[in-house]
Amino acid sequence: MVVRKPPITTREYWAPGHAACAGCGCATALKLATKAFSEAMEEKYGDPNAFAIAQATGCMEVVSAVFPYTAWKVPWVHVAFENAAAAASGIEAAWKKKGLKGKILAIGGDGGTADIGLQALSGMLERRHNVVYLMYDNEAYMNTGIQRSSSTPYGAWTTTSPPGKYSIGEDKPKKWVALIAAAHQIPYVATASIGNPFDFVRKMKKAAKVDGPAFVQVHCTCPTGWKSPLEKGVEIARLAIETGVWPLFEIENGDFHNIKIQSPGGGAKVKREGGKVVAIEFKKPIEEYLKLQGRFKHLFKQPEAIDQLREQIKAMWKVLGVEVTLPKPEE
Amino acid sequence: MAESPFKADIERVQKEYSEKMTPGAIAYIPGSSVINKTGSWRVFMPEFYRDKCVRCYLCYIYCPEPAIYLDEENYPVFDYDYCKGCGICANECPTDAIVMVRETK
Amino acid sequence: MPIRTVMKANEAAAWAAKLAKPKVIAAFPITPSTLVPEKISEFVANGELDAEFIKVESEHSAISACVGASAAGVRTFTATASQGLALMHEVLFIAAGMRLPIVMAIGNRSLSAPINIWNDWQDSISERDTGWLQFYAENNQEALDLILIAYKVAEDERVLLPAMVGFDAFILTHTVEPVEIPDQELVDEFLGEYEPKHAYVDPKRPITQGTLAFPAHYMEARYTVWEANENARKVIDEAFAEFEKKFGRKYQKIEEYRTDDAEIIFVTMGSLAGTVKEYVDHLREKGIKVGAAKLTVYRPFPIEEVRALAKKAKVLALLEKNVTFSVGGALFQDFSRALINEKEKPIIIDYILGLGGRDVTFQNLDEALAIAQKALNGEEFEEVNWIGLRKEIL
Repeated sequence: MVVRKPPITTREYWAPGHAACAGCGCATALKLATKAFSEAMEEKYGDPNAFAIAQATGCMEVVSAVFPYTAWKVPWVHVAFENAAAAASGIEAAWKKKGLKGKILAIGGDGGTADIGLQALSGMLERRHNVVYLMYDNEAYMNTGIQRSSSTPYGAWTTTSPPGKYSIGEDKPKKWVALIAAAHQIPYVATASIGNPFDFVRKMKKAAKVDGPAFVQVHCTCPTGWKSPLEKGVEIARLAIETGVWPLFEIENGDFHNIKIQSPGGGAKVKREGGKVVAIEFKKPIEEYLKLQGRFKHLFKQPEAIDQLREQIKAMWKVLGVEVTLPKPEE
Repeated sequence: MAESPFKADIERVQKEYSEKMTPGAIAYIPGSSVINKTGSWRVFMPEFYRDKCVRCYLCYIYCPEPAIYLDEENYPVFDYDYCKGCGICANECPTDAIVMVRETK
Repeated sequence: MPIRTVMKANEAAAWAAKLAKPKVIAAFPITPSTLVPEKISEFVANGELDAEFIKVESEHSAISACVGASAAGVRTFTATASQGLALMHEVLFIAAGMRLPIVMAIGNRSLSAPINIWNDWQDSISERDTGWLQFYAENNQEALDLILIAYKVAEDERVLLPAMVGFDAFILTHTVEPVEIPDQELVDEFLGEYEPKHAYVDPKRPITQGTLAFPAHYMEARYTVWEANENARKVIDEAFAEFEKKFGRKYQKIEEYRTDDAEIIFVTMGSLAGTVKEYVDHLREKGIKVGAAKLTVYRPFPIEEVRALAKKAKVLALLEKNVTFSVGGALFQDFSRALINEKEKPIIIDYILGLGGRDVTFQNLDEALAIAQKALNGEEFEEVNWIGLRKEIL
């Protein structure tokens, strides 16, 4: 039997003993992100350790750096909730003056990125700092106990978007920070998912290697906040891709006319024109993704809300230049 | 048996353990979280059947802790000191080489 | 050779930054401090200052970038005022808690509402609990000197705390005065390189900064900030002495003026000290026994020096451009803390004046004096007095 080499470095920057919930998708994302960074730095600078992290307050911060212990094996700085991008700017500037080669990785959750940290993020991107900003998107404020953020999807239950007599749950469409980041015309923007780790690692490496800022928005399952079975974390993330809920794309230099779309798998038919993806016919209904999560349970009593979500997903794909068809479940 | 990639960290934190307050409450021992044996959280534990394993590395890639490392032949080793028993490895294993069983402790 | 020239306090602050050679500066424009980053931009653009100047999108990001850079182990500088400082509030605690010796120039300005761009001290006084050291300059020379001294104290291993240096909006920020620019070599000797042992972002020595502390550790972390503030008392005296030796200008935590046989001592900070000293001369000519004292250092609060000062007077008249609603001025609280358990203590009277750029005139000071004299004569008096109020429009 031919044994392949491990597909990713065995160097570790994220140690066990941290306090993330069992099955935390964000923990997987950070583990893979640091490994990808290490490979990129080794390839670019010959030094696999040539990076440092500036992290926003949030789940992954409070579980990893509890005095006197730390899960990190890479230089790591946490300042506050809304300023990871600004702190990263300062570290990057200091490294420049110290003549240190390498790249800074800024990390924030969806609340720390899409909401309270959006201004600092925009400033960092616009100033063209040599920083990769990784947004781990678990689609709500999980650290404070599952409150809606602007990145919470339509229909989702959270503690501040409860379904009720006058509510279907979260009533606004999800805000796509990756598109806002891309509007800064920075070298590289991508969405990714722990449901496709090889794609995620490839994108993190690309982001780490470009000169200047990059932004990666990675979809991470939160079994606690999504009310989903622990073991299904990766499966759910994969279903988000396969049903069209989570698009995988790359935008370079803000070129919205040449967005690279990754094939979603799951039997979806991808139509290309001149190398560009123009249409996708998904085969798996979004219900397959929704039904595994307690946060969407109430929608199954209101099929029109699921249809509404389908329309929003189509609209989002349209922004990406792709006409999608989303099937309804077979009766 | 292969060694945990965190062996040196475990030894260091055991030797240099200190609660002494540092200026800025800085944590100076990288990877010192290994002192917390989160395996005690586990309700279900992964059982590994080496003969079924095709060394696809998916369990190694997905484990959030990480509580799976690779031995000399690149087979996964489950580190029960840290495994929280989420079961993602078993769920994703394409050959059913990992099975979750209830803890009997 | 030192250069004698004329400049505004904002320029003096920029010159101080240039002399201190910070590696990273992050600042955002705000009246009345904008000239500081403008001038520093020129220094950087002309190659006179080898620093990264991060033109941030807010004061919040200015101080956050300084925290990042300082955590990475380089000397940093920023400048702001008023709303900008208030926007930084959250991160000020963090800078002190992470023990990062950032130095910041403040063009002391009022806080909204109503919005007002002129001088009082409400901005930095409101940050007195953040753990930052606070210095207040009387003139433009002091603005320059105190920034250098602030670096010296802040970066001392016994201290490792951030420091702010305040100078009054417009009265100093925009007013041209003679200033001596110290010799670069002497400043280099005075400050040395900043090479922190506790904080760095170095892949060869990975550490974790900005941890979470549970109740089992939080109080000890806060106590070390308290200790560092206590240590700063001695370090400031040492820095003042060394500064005097090197540059010939003498600084004291509390600078006294004609206090020896004074019955009433007016106590103040910043540029108002100049006015008050003139006023003291004016009263002394009339044979009234008054003196003046100026706090150059406000945090750590110079408790021993206040006690020594209190021994010299029957009335301490605190003239302050800030207010803690329902209590009085901040100095009133601080002086009360210093003197409350003293066996013999003077009467303390608090005067709130000069808010939002209101001129402080001799007429205002006469009003203050009259209240102090009433107290001196054993008559009833108000403890907290708003001086110079236009009662006709109330």
